[in-house]
Amino acid sequence: MSEMVADALVILKRNLIKFRRQPEMLIGYTVQPIMFVLLFVYVFGGSIQTGMDYEDFLIPGIIVQNITFGGALTAVGLVEDLNKGLIDRFRSLPMARSAVLAGRTLADMVVNLFGVIIIIAVGLVVGFRFNSSVPEVAYGIVLLLLFGYAFSWIFALVGLYSTSAESAQQIGFTVIFPLTFISSAFVPVENMPGALEAFAKVNPFTITVDAMRHLFVGTPAGNSVWLATVWSIGLVVVFAPLAVLKYRRVSAR
Amino acid sequence: MPDPAIIAEGLQKSYGKVHALRGVDLRAEAGSVLGLLGPNGAGKTTAVRILTTLLEADSGSARVAGLDVKADAKALRGQIGLAGQYAAVDENLTGFENLDMVGRLYHLGKPTARERANELLERFELTDAADRPAKTYSGGMRRRLDLAAALVAHPPVVFLDEPTTGLDPRSRIGLWETIEARVAEGTTVLLTTQYLDEADRLADRIAVIDHGLVIAEGTSDELKARMGGERLEVKLRDTGDEAKAVEALRGICEDVHAEFPLVTVPGHVPIADAVRALDDADVTIDDIAVRRPTLDDVFLSLTGKPAEEVTDDE
Repeated sequence: MSEMVADALVILKRNLIKFRRQPEMLIGYTVQPIMFVLLFVYVFGGSIQTGMDYEDFLIPGIIVQNITFGGALTAVGLVEDLNKGLIDRFRSLPMARSAVLAGRTLADMVVNLFGVIIIIAVGLVVGFRFNSSVPEVAYGIVLLLLFGYAFSWIFALVGLYSTSAESAQQIGFTVIFPLTFISSAFVPVENMPGALEAFAKVNPFTITVDAMRHLFVGTPAGNSVWLATVWSIGLVVVFAPLAVLKYRRVSAR
Repeated sequence: MPDPAIIAEGLQKSYGKVHALRGVDLRAEAGSVLGLLGPNGAGKTTAVRILTTLLEADSGSARVAGLDVKADAKALRGQIGLAGQYAAVDENLTGFENLDMVGRLYHLGKPTARERANELLERFELTDAADRPAKTYSGGMRRRLDLAAALVAHPPVVFLDEPTTGLDPRSRIGLWETIEARVAEGTTVLLTTQYLDEADRLADRIAVIDHGLVIAEGTSDELKARMGGERLEVKLRDTGDEAKAVEALRGICEDVHAEFPLVTVPGHVPIADAVRALDDADVTIDDIAVRRPTLDDVFLSLTGKPAEEVTDDE
């Protein structure tokens, strides 16, 4: 176990060095969310009735959407490593089999933390205000990182099955993008047509966004906080072993 | 004699309907170089992938450094180094960071990994480039770094999958010298190549592999001897002279082979005798020379095609 952690940290370091040397890779995960916040607040915000300040409604939603995109870095990075033969090198070394994926997904978490800070900062500028306790905000950030971590593992699996970085990214976004919109992230689900509303209510995005809204701005929690936690852990428990299993048998192309 | 460093028996591997390996036996004694020679798609890389635990064979067994590739896979990975044809180094890391990372993943410990990285950078003449990202390296430098990464943990067995493909002649010779130095220190090397001169120079024994089967195995000299040893080759100018030439040479030696413009006899026939006989018979010759068979001849006769004139069907 300690060997696995040590190996994963070596891989984490490698991925962080890469982000430092190729900062342009991170533009999508930093500049893009700023753009989204501004677009939603100033373009759509005035027309969406939520029963509360739209900034307070939006920030917890957009922060959840953005954190799931961080995982795309894992998919893209894995496809590159596969195509360049690096995965072959790693698989020929006496290192823990899960370490390459663990180090990769942990690197996403670091990037995601930056994303969270940036969105909160921009949110504060456009009028978002926390309306909850410090432990609630802290738990909210932990929950966000956990939810993002789950999506890193989903993207890891997608990456291991993809033949190109572009296809990995496309597959990921094609699935995630509509899921984030058919949720409570940007509009209240009550205004959606019946079937969509039914789907949106059980969508883990809705559950997680509702949990974040409670933890950040104090809206009623219902079951959302513990359900969101269970969803995040559940996704990791399902997708991490699947990804590691695929990694053990994956071959260079 | 100690156990062989590499021994494989009856390795088979299919991808759907494609039979990549159809029962391959290999053997390399400790401290020797085994060359796997064959065209693209012959199964060389598949064999290397099985022996380095990257791929499981459908059937057959293999032991490397005394460890079973299936049952002892993890322990085995600590005993081998792999350098591939695609130069698997991390382009975003510097030369030092690449070797340091590999050392850490071999669990050498932090100080040893650093020390080893510096040592290898120096030995591979990469010290000046040690702190530059590998993406700024030339092709030859990347190959050297890749090879250095394979040697980080002093592995007793090293697998080199087409180590010089795509390199310029000077870099190739440099890499050959490095490989020879490792072998002199007792490292066992399995080398795949499509270059006959590379196999000829580096390999103690050569296994020629084609369509997933080992079709010949032996030292370079043994393989060449199968071609009948040296030949005296006469090149004629006129087709009409062929019959006369054959008759004239039969006067010296029974074993005459003619295929215009070449007429050949075994290499023990003295050149002077042959020239005199042909001159007496009034045969005009363009050229006459003693030729040793090359691995090219071996390859051509075994596979029916020249080594480097093969299509890439991988």
